Amino acid sequence: MRTPDQQRRSRLGTRLAALSLVLLAAGLAAGSDGWSMRELWEMLQHGDAALIVGQIRAPRTLGAWLAGALLGLSGAVAQGLFRNPLADPYLLGSASGASLAVVLVLAASSLTGHGIALATAGAVARLGLVGAAFAGALLGISLTLVLARGAEQTTRLLLAGVVVGVLLGAASDLVTSAAPDALRGKQAFMLGSTGFLSWSACAVLAAGLLIALPPAWRLARALDALTLGEDAARSLGLSLARLRAALVGALALAIGVAVSQTGLIAFVGLVSPHLVRRFAPAPHGYTVLASAATGGTLLLAADVLARSLIAPQEVPVGVLTALLGGAYLLWLLHRRRIA
Amino acid sequence: MSAVVPLRADSLGVSLGSTRALDDVSIEFEPGWTAIVGPNGAGKSTLLRALAGLQGLRSGGVHLHGQALPAWTDRERATRIAWLGQQAETTGELTVREVVQLGRLPHHGLFGAPTARDESVVDAAMHETECSAWQTRRLHELSGGERQRVLIARALAVDAGILLLDEPTTHLDPPHQIALVQLLRRRAAAGVTVVSVLHDLALALLADRLIVLERGRLRAVGHSDDPALHGALIAVFGGAIRIERVGARWVPVANLER
Repeated sequence: MRTPDQQRRSRLGTRLAALSLVLLAAGLAAGSDGWSMRELWEMLQHGDAALIVGQIRAPRTLGAWLAGALLGLSGAVAQGLFRNPLADPYLLGSASGASLAVVLVLAASSLTGHGIALATAGAVARLGLVGAAFAGALLGISLTLVLARGAEQTTRLLLAGVVVGVLLGAASDLVTSAAPDALRGKQAFMLGSTGFLSWSACAVLAAGLLIALPPAWRLARALDALTLGEDAARSLGLSLARLRAALVGALALAIGVAVSQTGLIAFVGLVSPHLVRRFAPAPHGYTVLASAATGGTLLLAADVLARSLIAPQEVPVGVLTALLGGAYLLWLLHRRRIA
Repeated sequence: MSAVVPLRADSLGVSLGSTRALDDVSIEFEPGWTAIVGPNGAGKSTLLRALAGLQGLRSGGVHLHGQALPAWTDRERATRIAWLGQQAETTGELTVREVVQLGRLPHHGLFGAPTARDESVVDAAMHETECSAWQTRRLHELSGGERQRVLIARALAVDAGILLLDEPTTHLDPPHQIALVQLLRRRAAAGVTVVSVLHDLALALLADRLIVLERGRLRAVGHSDDPALHGALIAVFGGAIRIERVGARWVPVANLER
Protein backbone atom coordinates (compact mmCIF):
# COMPACT_ATOMS: atom_id res chain seq x y z
CA MET A 1 0.00 0.00 0.00
CA ARG A 2 1.34 3.42 -0.91
CA THR A 3 1.19 6.31 1.54
CA PRO A 4 -0.40 9.63 0.49
CA ASP A 5 3.12 11.09 0.36
CA GLN A 6 4.26 8.43 -2.10
CA GLN A 7 1.14 9.01 -4.21
CA ARG A 8 1.84 12.74 -4.35
CA ARG A 9 5.44 12.07 -5.37
CA SER A 10 4.58 9.75 -8.21
CA ARG A 11 1.75 12.05 -9.33
CA LEU A 12 4.18 14.99 -9.56
CA GLY A 13 6.68 12.79 -11.42
CA THR A 14 4.08 11.71 -13.99
CA ARG A 15 2.85 15.26 -14.50
CA LEU A 16 6.36 16.62 -14.98
CA ALA A 17 7.14 13.92 -17.54
CA ALA A 18 3.89 14.55 -19.45
CA LEU A 19 4.32 18.33 -19.33
CA SER A 20 7.91 18.02 -20.54
CA LEU A 21 6.82 15.92 -23.53
CA VAL A 22 4.07 18.39 -24.49
CA LEU A 23 6.48 21.30 -24.15
CA LEU A 24 9.17 19.51 -26.20
CA ALA A 25 6.61 19.15 -29.01
CA ALA A 26 5.55 22.79 -28.59
CA GLY A 27 9.21 23.82 -28.66
CA LEU A 28 9.67 22.12 -32.02
CA ALA A 29 6.51 23.71 -33.41
CA ALA A 30 7.01 27.26 -32.11
CA GLY A 31 8.35 29.40 -34.92
CA SER A 32 8.73 33.08 -35.67
CA ASP A 33 5.15 33.25 -36.99
CA GLY A 34 3.31 31.55 -34.15
CA TRP A 35 3.14 27.82 -33.89
CA SER A 36 1.15 24.99 -35.38
CA MET A 37 1.67 21.25 -35.41
CA ARG A 38 0.44 21.02 -39.01
CA GLU A 39 3.03 23.51 -40.14
CA LEU A 40 5.66 21.55 -38.20
CA TRP A 41 4.60 18.36 -40.00
CA GLU A 42 4.79 20.12 -43.36
CA MET A 43 8.21 21.58 -42.51
CA LEU A 44 9.54 18.13 -41.64
CA GLN A 45 8.59 16.95 -45.15
CA HIS A 46 10.83 19.50 -46.85
CA GLY A 47 14.59 19.39 -46.71
CA ASP A 48 15.35 23.07 -46.06
CA ALA A 49 12.62 23.65 -43.53
CA ALA A 50 13.47 20.43 -41.72
CA LEU A 51 16.92 21.95 -41.24
CA ILE A 52 15.36 24.80 -39.22
CA VAL A 53 13.63 22.33 -36.95
CA GLY A 54 16.62 19.98 -36.69
CA GLN A 55 19.38 22.53 -36.30
CA ILE A 56 17.68 25.44 -34.53
CA ARG A 57 14.45 24.54 -32.80
CA ALA A 58 15.37 21.02 -31.63
CA PRO A 59 18.67 21.89 -29.89
CA ARG A 60 17.17 25.07 -28.46
CA THR A 61 14.22 23.16 -27.03
CA LEU A 62 16.28 20.31 -25.59
CA GLY A 63 18.97 22.73 -24.38
CA ALA A 64 16.41 24.88 -22.54
CA TRP A 65 15.16 21.79 -20.69
CA LEU A 66 18.71 20.68 -19.82
CA ALA A 67 19.81 24.14 -18.64
CA GLY A 68 16.67 24.44 -16.53
CA ALA A 69 17.34 21.00 -15.03
CA LEU A 70 20.87 22.07 -14.04
CA LEU A 71 19.45 25.21 -12.39
CA GLY A 72 16.73 23.26 -10.54
CA LEU A 73 19.30 20.72 -9.35
CA SER A 74 21.63 23.47 -8.10
CA GLY A 75 18.74 25.16 -6.31
CA ALA A 76 17.77 22.00 -4.43
CA VAL A 77 21.38 21.32 -3.42
CA ALA A 78 22.03 24.95 -2.39
CA GLN A 79 18.86 25.16 -0.28
CA GLY A 80 19.64 21.85 1.44
CA LEU A 81 23.29 22.70 1.99
CA PHE A 82 22.60 26.16 3.41
CA ARG A 83 19.51 24.95 5.30
CA ASN A 84 17.70 27.92 3.86
CA PRO A 85 14.72 27.75 1.50
CA LEU A 86 15.68 31.14 0.06
CA ALA A 87 19.24 30.18 -0.88
CA ASP A 88 19.81 30.91 -4.56
CA PRO A 89 22.37 28.81 -6.43
CA TYR A 90 23.86 32.05 -7.84
CA LEU A 91 24.83 33.09 -4.29
CA LEU A 92 28.20 31.38 -4.32
CA GLY A 93 29.82 33.87 -6.69
CA SER A 94 29.15 31.90 -9.86
CA ALA A 95 26.91 34.55 -11.40
CA SER A 96 29.21 37.48 -10.76
CA GLY A 97 32.28 35.49 -11.84
CA ALA A 98 30.67 34.46 -15.11
CA SER A 99 29.44 37.94 -15.96
CA LEU A 100 32.82 39.50 -15.17
CA ALA A 101 34.53 37.00 -17.49
CA VAL A 102 32.04 37.73 -20.29
CA VAL A 103 32.50 41.47 -19.85
CA LEU A 104 36.29 41.08 -19.93
CA VAL A 105 36.17 39.12 -23.20
CA LEU A 106 33.74 41.60 -24.78
CA ALA A 107 35.78 44.59 -23.62
CA ALA A 108 39.04 43.07 -24.83
CA SER A 109 37.53 42.37 -28.24
CA SER A 110 36.06 45.87 -28.58
CA LEU A 111 39.27 47.57 -27.44
CA THR A 112 41.31 45.57 -29.95
CA GLY A 113 38.86 46.53 -32.68
CA HIS A 114 37.29 43.10 -33.13
CA GLY A 115 33.96 44.01 -31.57
CA ILE A 116 31.70 41.02 -30.99
CA ALA A 117 28.13 40.97 -29.86
CA LEU A 118 26.33 37.99 -28.40
CA ALA A 119 23.65 37.92 -31.08
CA THR A 120 25.97 38.04 -34.07
CA ALA A 121 29.05 36.34 -32.69
CA GLY A 122 30.48 33.58 -34.86
CA ALA A 123 31.00 30.07 -33.64
CA VAL A 124 34.58 30.65 -32.47
CA ALA A 125 33.75 33.85 -30.61
CA ARG A 126 30.74 32.20 -28.99
CA LEU A 127 32.81 29.26 -27.89
CA GLY A 128 35.26 31.75 -26.39
CA LEU A 129 32.47 33.52 -24.50
CA VAL A 130 31.00 30.25 -23.27
CA GLY A 131 34.40 29.05 -22.11
CA ALA A 132 35.09 32.38 -20.40
CA ALA A 133 31.71 32.29 -18.63
CA PHE A 134 32.37 28.75 -17.39
CA ALA A 135 35.87 29.64 -16.20
CA GLY A 136 34.49 32.81 -14.57
CA ALA A 137 31.76 30.87 -12.75
CA LEU A 138 34.27 28.36 -11.40
CA LEU A 139 36.64 31.20 -10.48
CA GLY A 140 33.87 33.04 -8.61
CA ILE A 141 32.97 29.89 -6.66
CA SER A 142 36.63 29.10 -5.93
CA LEU A 143 37.18 32.64 -4.69
CA THR A 144 34.16 32.29 -2.40
CA LEU A 145 35.52 28.99 -1.07
CA VAL A 146 38.96 30.48 -0.45
CA LEU A 147 37.48 33.49 1.37
CA ALA A 148 35.25 31.21 3.46
CA ARG A 149 38.24 28.95 4.15
CA GLY A 150 36.45 25.92 2.74
CA ALA A 151 32.82 24.89 2.75
CA GLU A 152 32.76 23.97 6.42
CA GLN A 153 30.88 26.95 7.84
CA THR A 154 27.64 27.81 6.15
CA THR A 155 27.31 31.37 7.39
CA ARG A 156 30.88 32.20 6.40
CA LEU A 157 30.26 30.63 3.00
CA LEU A 158 27.13 32.74 2.42
CA LEU A 159 28.89 35.92 3.57
CA ALA A 160 31.88 35.19 1.35
CA GLY A 161 29.48 34.63 -1.57
CA VAL A 162 27.93 38.04 -0.98
CA VAL A 163 31.36 39.71 -0.74
CA VAL A 164 32.57 38.03 -3.95
CA GLY A 165 29.33 39.05 -5.68
CA VAL A 166 29.79 42.70 -4.71
CA LEU A 167 33.51 42.80 -5.56
CA LEU A 168 33.26 41.04 -8.93
CA GLY A 169 30.14 43.08 -9.75
CA ALA A 170 32.08 46.28 -9.07
CA ALA A 171 34.96 45.00 -11.19
CA SER A 172 32.70 44.36 -14.17
CA ASP A 173 31.09 47.79 -13.74
CA LEU A 174 34.57 49.28 -13.85
CA VAL A 175 35.37 47.40 -17.06
CA THR A 176 32.12 48.44 -18.74
CA SER A 177 32.72 52.08 -17.85
CA ALA A 178 36.12 51.84 -19.57
CA ALA A 179 34.76 49.92 -22.57
CA PRO A 180 31.11 50.95 -23.03
CA ASP A 181 30.72 48.58 -26.00
CA ALA A 182 30.87 45.67 -23.60
CA LEU A 183 27.80 46.97 -21.78
CA ARG A 184 25.34 45.67 -24.36
CA GLY A 185 26.93 42.25 -24.38
CA LYS A 186 26.89 42.20 -20.61
CA GLN A 187 23.25 43.18 -20.59
CA ALA A 188 22.34 40.39 -22.99
CA PHE A 189 24.24 37.95 -20.79
CA MET A 190 22.60 39.16 -17.59
CA LEU A 191 19.14 38.75 -19.12
CA GLY A 192 19.84 35.15 -20.01
CA SER A 193 18.95 33.57 -23.30
CA THR A 194 18.08 30.21 -24.74
CA GLY A 195 18.19 31.55 -28.30
CA PHE A 196 21.69 30.42 -29.24
CA LEU A 197 21.70 26.85 -27.97
CA SER A 198 23.25 24.49 -30.51
CA TRP A 199 23.69 20.72 -30.48
CA SER A 200 27.20 21.18 -29.06
CA ALA A 201 25.72 23.30 -26.25
CA CYS A 202 23.23 20.48 -25.59
CA ALA A 203 26.11 18.02 -25.36
CA VAL A 204 27.89 20.23 -22.80
CA LEU A 205 24.68 20.70 -20.78
CA ALA A 206 23.87 16.97 -20.86
CA ALA A 207 27.40 16.09 -19.77
CA GLY A 208 27.12 18.57 -16.88
CA LEU A 209 23.84 17.03 -15.79
CA LEU A 210 25.18 13.48 -16.06
CA ILE A 211 28.19 14.36 -13.90
CA ALA A 212 26.47 16.55 -11.28
CA LEU A 213 23.22 14.66 -10.75
CA PRO A 214 24.50 11.29 -9.40
CA PRO A 215 26.61 12.68 -6.52
CA ALA A 216 23.89 15.19 -5.59
CA TRP A 217 21.32 12.41 -5.50
CA ARG A 218 23.55 9.93 -3.67
CA LEU A 219 24.55 12.45 -0.98
CA ALA A 220 20.97 13.68 -0.46
CA ARG A 221 20.71 11.60 2.74
CA ALA A 222 23.37 13.87 4.25
CA LEU A 223 21.17 16.88 3.41
CA ASP A 224 18.35 15.10 5.28
CA ALA A 225 20.58 14.73 8.34
CA LEU A 226 21.56 18.41 8.07
CA THR A 227 17.91 19.42 8.61
CA LEU A 228 18.46 18.52 12.29
CA GLY A 229 21.45 20.88 12.56
CA GLU A 230 25.15 20.51 11.88
CA ASP A 231 26.06 19.01 15.27
CA ALA A 232 23.31 16.41 15.00
CA ALA A 233 24.55 15.48 11.51
CA ARG A 234 28.12 15.12 12.81
CA SER A 235 26.92 13.07 15.77
CA LEU A 236 25.41 10.67 13.21
CA GLY A 237 28.90 9.97 11.89
CA LEU A 238 28.83 12.25 8.84
CA SER A 239 32.08 13.91 7.86
CA LEU A 240 30.60 17.29 7.00
CA ALA A 241 33.74 18.86 5.53
CA ARG A 242 34.09 16.16 2.87
CA LEU A 243 30.37 16.00 2.14
CA ARG A 244 30.16 19.78 1.72
CA ALA A 245 33.16 19.78 -0.59
CA ALA A 246 31.52 17.12 -2.79
CA LEU A 247 28.14 18.88 -2.84
CA VAL A 248 29.62 22.34 -3.49
CA GLY A 249 31.63 20.74 -6.32
CA ALA A 250 28.47 19.32 -7.92
CA LEU A 251 26.73 22.67 -7.41
CA ALA A 252 29.61 24.63 -8.98
CA LEU A 253 29.75 22.33 -11.98
CA ALA A 254 26.00 22.43 -12.59
CA ILE A 255 25.71 26.19 -12.23
CA GLY A 256 28.93 26.89 -14.17
CA VAL A 257 27.78 24.80 -17.13
CA ALA A 258 24.29 26.31 -17.15
CA VAL A 259 25.51 29.92 -16.85
CA SER A 260 28.09 29.41 -19.56
CA GLN A 261 25.45 28.29 -22.08
CA THR A 262 22.47 30.50 -21.27
CA GLY A 263 23.69 33.47 -19.23
CA LEU A 264 22.00 34.36 -15.97
CA ILE A 265 18.47 33.01 -15.96
CA ALA A 266 16.79 34.22 -12.82
CA PHE A 267 14.54 32.40 -10.36
CA VAL A 268 14.43 28.91 -11.96
CA GLY A 269 16.97 27.61 -9.43
CA LEU A 270 15.24 29.33 -6.54
CA VAL A 271 11.65 28.44 -7.42
CA SER A 272 11.93 24.83 -8.62
CA PRO A 273 12.64 23.26 -5.19
CA HIS A 274 9.82 25.40 -3.72
CA LEU A 275 7.36 23.99 -6.24
CA VAL A 276 8.51 20.45 -5.50
CA ARG A 277 8.19 20.93 -1.76
CA ARG A 278 4.74 22.40 -2.25
CA PHE A 279 3.32 19.62 -4.41
CA ALA A 280 5.27 16.65 -3.04
CA PRO A 281 7.22 17.29 0.16
CA ALA A 282 9.86 14.58 0.49
CA PRO A 283 13.37 13.75 1.67
CA HIS A 284 16.15 15.37 -0.34
CA GLY A 285 16.77 12.37 -2.62
CA TYR A 286 13.42 12.93 -4.29
CA THR A 287 13.58 16.73 -4.02
CA VAL A 288 16.89 16.86 -5.90
CA LEU A 289 15.63 14.72 -8.80
CA ALA A 290 12.20 16.36 -8.97
CA SER A 291 13.71 19.88 -8.76
CA ALA A 292 15.86 19.08 -11.79
CA ALA A 293 12.78 17.90 -13.71
CA THR A 294 10.80 20.95 -12.55
CA GLY A 295 13.61 23.33 -13.53
CA GLY A 296 13.75 21.75 -16.98
CA THR A 297 9.99 22.00 -17.43
CA LEU A 298 9.89 25.62 -16.19
CA LEU A 299 12.69 26.90 -18.40
CA LEU A 300 11.33 25.09 -21.44
CA ALA A 301 7.87 26.54 -20.79
CA ALA A 302 9.40 30.00 -20.44
CA ASP A 303 11.35 29.48 -23.67
CA VAL A 304 8.24 28.45 -25.64
CA LEU A 305 6.36 31.43 -24.20
CA ALA A 306 9.25 33.80 -24.96
CA ARG A 307 9.20 32.68 -28.59
CA SER A 308 5.45 32.88 -29.12
CA LEU A 309 4.15 35.75 -26.93
CA ILE A 310 5.01 38.57 -29.33
CA ALA A 311 6.12 36.51 -32.38
CA PRO A 312 7.94 37.18 -34.65
CA GLN A 313 9.80 39.05 -31.92
CA GLU A 314 11.11 37.38 -28.77
CA VAL A 315 10.85 38.33 -25.13
CA PRO A 316 14.19 37.67 -23.37
CA VAL A 317 13.58 34.40 -21.55
CA GLY A 318 15.35 35.64 -18.40
CA VAL A 319 12.87 38.51 -18.14
CA LEU A 320 10.00 36.03 -18.36
CA THR A 321 11.41 33.70 -15.69
CA ALA A 322 12.07 36.68 -13.42
CA LEU A 323 8.49 37.92 -13.87
CA LEU A 324 6.89 34.50 -13.40
CA GLY A 325 9.22 33.43 -10.59
CA GLY A 326 8.87 36.74 -8.78
CA ALA A 327 5.09 36.59 -9.05
CA TYR A 328 5.10 33.03 -7.72
CA LEU A 329 7.29 33.93 -4.73
CA LEU A 330 5.09 36.92 -3.96
CA TRP A 331 2.04 34.70 -4.03
CA LEU A 332 3.83 32.19 -1.80
CA LEU A 333 4.78 34.97 0.60
CA HIS A 334 1.19 36.08 0.67
CA ARG A 335 -0.21 32.58 1.20
CA ARG A 336 2.00 31.18 3.90
CA ARG A 337 5.15 31.61 5.92
CA ILE A 338 8.21 31.27 3.72
CA ALA A 339 10.94 30.29 6.16
CA MET B 1 39.01 -0.94 38.64
CA SER B 2 37.51 -3.94 36.88
CA ALA B 3 36.39 -3.47 33.28
CA VAL B 4 37.23 -0.52 31.04
CA VAL B 5 34.75 2.33 31.67
CA PRO B 6 32.56 3.12 28.66
CA LEU B 7 33.34 6.84 28.69
CA ARG B 8 36.05 8.82 30.44
CA ALA B 9 37.00 12.50 30.38
CA ASP B 10 40.66 13.28 31.21
CA SER B 11 41.52 16.83 32.31
CA LEU B 12 39.21 18.35 29.71
CA GLY B 13 39.89 21.96 28.86
CA VAL B 14 37.75 23.92 26.39
CA SER B 15 38.01 27.59 25.47
CA LEU B 16 35.14 29.37 23.77
CA GLY B 17 36.59 32.65 22.56
CA SER B 18 38.29 34.17 25.59
CA THR B 19 36.23 32.26 28.19
CA ARG B 20 37.32 28.97 29.69
CA ALA B 21 34.18 26.90 29.22
CA LEU B 22 35.75 23.80 30.79
CA ASP B 23 38.81 23.70 33.00
CA ASP B 24 40.55 20.47 33.98
CA VAL B 25 37.44 18.30 34.18
CA SER B 26 38.14 14.60 34.79
CA ILE B 27 35.35 12.11 35.30
CA GLU B 28 34.37 8.55 34.50
CA PHE B 29 30.94 7.46 33.30
CA GLU B 30 29.77 3.96 34.20
CA PRO B 31 26.54 2.34 32.98
CA GLY B 32 23.66 4.01 34.80
CA TRP B 33 22.06 7.46 34.69
CA THR B 34 24.19 10.52 35.46
CA ALA B 35 22.69 14.02 35.50
CA ILE B 36 24.85 17.09 34.92
CA VAL B 37 23.62 20.18 36.78
CA GLY B 38 24.88 23.67 37.52
CA PRO B 39 24.05 27.34 37.00
CA ASN B 40 23.75 28.93 33.54
CA GLY B 41 27.11 29.14 31.83
CA ALA B 42 28.65 26.39 34.00
CA GLY B 43 29.79 24.42 30.93
CA LYS B 44 27.18 21.64 31.06
CA SER B 45 26.38 21.59 27.33
CA THR B 46 30.05 22.04 26.46
CA LEU B 47 30.95 18.99 28.55
CA LEU B 48 28.27 16.95 26.78
CA ARG B 49 29.48 18.13 23.35
CA ALA B 50 33.06 17.28 24.30
CA LEU B 51 31.99 13.79 25.40
CA ALA B 52 30.26 13.33 22.03
CA GLY B 53 33.38 14.38 20.13
CA LEU B 54 31.66 17.50 18.75
CA GLN B 55 33.75 20.05 20.62
CA GLY B 56 37.33 21.09 19.88
CA LEU B 57 39.48 20.68 23.01
CA ARG B 58 42.20 22.97 24.34
CA SER B 59 43.61 20.22 26.53
CA GLY B 60 42.88 16.71 27.75
CA GLY B 61 40.86 14.09 25.96
CA VAL B 62 37.87 11.76 25.94
CA HIS B 63 38.25 7.97 25.98
CA LEU B 64 35.59 5.68 24.59
CA HIS B 65 35.98 2.11 25.90
CA GLY B 66 39.56 2.95 26.83
CA GLN B 67 40.53 4.25 23.40
CA ALA B 68 40.98 7.95 22.59
CA LEU B 69 37.90 9.32 20.80
CA PRO B 70 39.75 10.52 17.65
CA ALA B 71 41.11 6.98 17.16
CA TRP B 72 37.59 5.78 16.32
CA THR B 73 36.19 6.42 12.84
CA ASP B 74 33.22 8.79 12.61
CA ARG B 75 30.83 5.92 12.04
CA GLU B 76 32.27 3.69 14.78
CA ARG B 77 31.89 6.57 17.22
CA ALA B 78 28.37 7.38 15.98
CA THR B 79 27.09 3.83 16.53
CA ARG B 80 28.42 3.86 20.13
CA ILE B 81 27.49 7.40 21.25
CA ALA B 82 24.08 8.95 20.59
CA TRP B 83 23.85 12.68 21.21
CA LEU B 84 20.83 14.97 21.39
CA GLY B 85 21.48 18.72 21.54
CA GLN B 86 19.30 21.42 23.02
CA GLN B 87 16.42 21.83 20.64
CA ALA B 88 17.78 23.53 17.55
CA GLU B 89 15.68 24.88 14.73
CA THR B 90 14.92 22.09 12.31
CA THR B 91 14.38 22.66 8.60
CA GLY B 92 13.13 20.59 5.68
CA GLU B 93 10.13 18.44 4.97
CA LEU B 94 10.95 15.16 6.73
CA THR B 95 8.16 13.22 8.38
CA VAL B 96 8.41 12.01 11.98
CA ARG B 97 9.35 8.53 10.83
CA GLU B 98 11.97 9.83 8.38
CA VAL B 99 13.56 11.86 11.19
CA VAL B 100 13.69 8.87 13.55
CA GLN B 101 15.12 6.74 10.72
CA LEU B 102 18.11 9.13 10.61
CA GLY B 103 19.15 7.55 13.90
CA ARG B 104 20.00 4.41 11.94
CA LEU B 105 22.27 6.31 9.54
CA PRO B 106 25.50 5.38 11.42
CA HIS B 107 24.56 1.70 11.10
CA HIS B 108 23.71 1.41 7.41
CA GLY B 109 25.80 4.35 6.21
CA LEU B 110 25.05 7.05 3.66
CA PHE B 111 24.80 4.61 0.76
CA GLY B 112 23.21 1.64 2.49
CA ALA B 113 19.51 0.85 2.73
CA PRO B 114 17.71 0.33 6.06
CA THR B 115 17.22 -3.34 6.98
CA ALA B 116 14.22 -4.94 8.70
CA ARG B 117 16.12 -4.64 11.99
CA ASP B 118 16.65 -0.91 11.41
CA GLU B 119 12.91 -0.49 10.87
CA SER B 120 12.03 -2.45 14.02
CA VAL B 121 14.42 -0.32 16.12
CA VAL B 122 12.77 2.79 14.64
CA ASP B 123 9.31 1.42 15.50
CA ALA B 124 10.40 0.66 19.06
CA ALA B 125 11.93 4.14 19.56
CA MET B 126 8.73 5.83 18.34
CA HIS B 127 6.65 3.56 20.54
CA GLU B 128 8.75 4.39 23.62
CA THR B 129 8.33 8.14 23.13
CA GLU B 130 4.69 7.81 22.07
CA CYS B 131 5.02 9.30 18.62
CA SER B 132 3.98 6.29 16.50
CA ALA B 133 0.51 7.74 16.01
CA TRP B 134 1.74 10.72 14.02
CA GLN B 135 4.67 9.17 12.21
CA THR B 136 3.53 10.47 8.80
CA ARG B 137 3.24 14.08 9.97
CA ARG B 138 6.01 16.55 9.25
CA LEU B 139 8.28 17.88 11.95
CA HIS B 140 7.23 21.50 11.34
CA GLU B 141 3.58 20.59 11.89
CA LEU B 142 4.20 19.49 15.49
CA SER B 143 4.17 21.39 18.78
CA GLY B 144 7.44 21.96 20.64
CA GLY B 145 6.81 19.07 23.04
CA GLU B 146 5.82 16.67 20.27
CA ARG B 147 8.90 17.64 18.28
CA GLN B 148 11.11 17.06 21.31
CA ARG B 149 9.71 13.52 21.68
CA VAL B 150 10.53 12.83 18.03
CA LEU B 151 14.09 14.09 18.50
CA ILE B 152 14.47 11.89 21.60
CA ALA B 153 13.22 8.93 19.54
CA ARG B 154 15.84 9.81 16.90
CA ALA B 155 18.57 9.57 19.57
CA LEU B 156 17.12 6.32 20.97
CA ALA B 157 17.03 4.82 17.46
CA VAL B 158 20.84 4.94 17.32
CA ASP B 159 20.60 2.15 19.92
CA ALA B 160 24.00 3.15 21.29
CA GLY B 161 25.58 2.01 24.56
CA ILE B 162 26.09 5.67 25.50
CA LEU B 163 23.23 8.16 25.40
CA LEU B 164 24.06 11.87 25.83
CA LEU B 165 21.02 14.15 26.17
CA ASP B 166 21.12 17.94 26.55
CA GLU B 167 17.99 19.23 28.29
CA PRO B 168 15.80 16.38 27.00
CA THR B 169 12.79 17.52 29.06
CA THR B 170 12.56 20.91 27.27
CA HIS B 171 8.97 21.62 26.10
CA LEU B 172 7.67 18.38 27.68
CA ASP B 173 4.56 18.49 29.88
CA PRO B 174 4.82 16.86 33.36
CA PRO B 175 3.42 13.44 32.31
CA HIS B 176 5.92 13.22 29.46
CA GLN B 177 8.76 14.43 31.69
CA ILE B 178 7.99 11.56 34.05
CA ALA B 179 7.68 9.13 31.16
CA LEU B 180 11.11 10.25 29.96
CA VAL B 181 12.64 9.76 33.42
CA GLN B 182 11.21 6.24 33.50
CA LEU B 183 12.55 5.60 30.01
CA LEU B 184 16.07 6.78 30.99
CA ARG B 185 15.95 4.57 34.10
CA ARG B 186 14.93 1.55 32.00
CA ARG B 187 17.81 2.19 29.61
CA ALA B 188 20.24 2.66 32.51
CA ALA B 189 19.03 -0.57 34.15
CA ALA B 190 19.63 -2.35 30.83
CA GLY B 191 23.30 -1.32 30.94
CA VAL B 192 23.25 1.90 28.91
CA THR B 193 25.44 4.79 30.06
CA VAL B 194 22.97 7.70 30.15
CA VAL B 195 24.30 11.22 30.69
CA SER B 196 21.84 14.12 30.66
CA VAL B 197 22.10 17.83 31.27
CA LEU B 198 19.08 18.93 33.30
CA HIS B 199 17.95 22.33 34.49
CA ASP B 200 15.14 20.86 36.54
CA LEU B 201 16.77 19.81 39.82
CA ALA B 202 13.71 17.82 40.88
CA LEU B 203 14.25 15.56 37.85
CA ALA B 204 18.05 15.56 38.20
CA LEU B 205 17.75 14.32 41.80
CA LEU B 206 16.04 11.20 40.41
CA ALA B 207 19.26 10.17 38.61
CA ASP B 208 21.68 7.55 39.96
CA ARG B 209 24.43 10.11 40.20
CA LEU B 210 24.83 13.88 39.85
CA ILE B 211 27.70 15.97 38.55
CA VAL B 212 27.78 19.59 39.71
CA LEU B 213 29.61 22.05 37.47
CA GLU B 214 30.36 25.69 38.21
CA ARG B 215 32.20 28.07 35.88
CA GLY B 216 33.73 25.21 33.89
CA ARG B 217 35.01 23.35 36.91
CA LEU B 218 33.84 20.15 38.55
CA ARG B 219 32.40 21.08 41.96
CA ALA B 220 30.98 17.77 43.19
CA VAL B 221 30.06 14.27 42.09
CA GLY B 222 27.82 12.03 44.11
CA HIS B 223 24.62 10.11 44.66
CA SER B 224 21.41 12.05 45.16
CA ASP B 225 21.39 10.87 48.83
CA ASP B 226 24.80 12.39 49.48
CA PRO B 227 24.67 15.32 51.96
CA ALA B 228 27.98 16.67 50.60
CA LEU B 229 26.40 16.81 47.12
CA HIS B 230 23.38 18.66 48.52
CA GLY B 231 25.75 21.16 50.13
CA ALA B 232 27.54 21.74 46.83
CA LEU B 233 24.23 22.19 44.97
CA ILE B 234 23.01 24.77 47.48
CA ALA B 235 26.35 26.57 47.26
CA VAL B 236 26.52 26.79 43.44
CA PHE B 237 22.98 28.15 43.30
CA GLY B 238 23.89 30.81 45.87
CA GLY B 239 21.56 29.50 48.56
CA ALA B 240 18.47 30.09 46.41
CA ILE B 241 17.30 26.52 47.06
CA ARG B 242 17.04 24.05 49.91
CA ILE B 243 16.97 20.31 49.42
CA GLU B 244 14.38 18.48 51.50
CA ARG B 245 13.31 14.92 51.94
CA VAL B 246 9.81 14.02 50.75
CA GLY B 247 9.04 10.36 51.36
CA ALA B 248 11.88 8.36 49.82
CA ARG B 249 13.08 11.23 47.60
CA TRP B 250 15.02 14.45 47.77
CA VAL B 251 13.43 17.52 46.23
CA PRO B 252 14.62 21.10 45.74
CA VAL B 253 12.54 23.81 47.40
CA ALA B 254 12.82 27.52 46.62
CA ASN B 255 14.47 29.25 49.57
CA LEU B 256 12.37 32.40 49.99
CA GLU B 257 13.54 33.18 53.52
CA ARG B 258 17.12 33.97 52.71
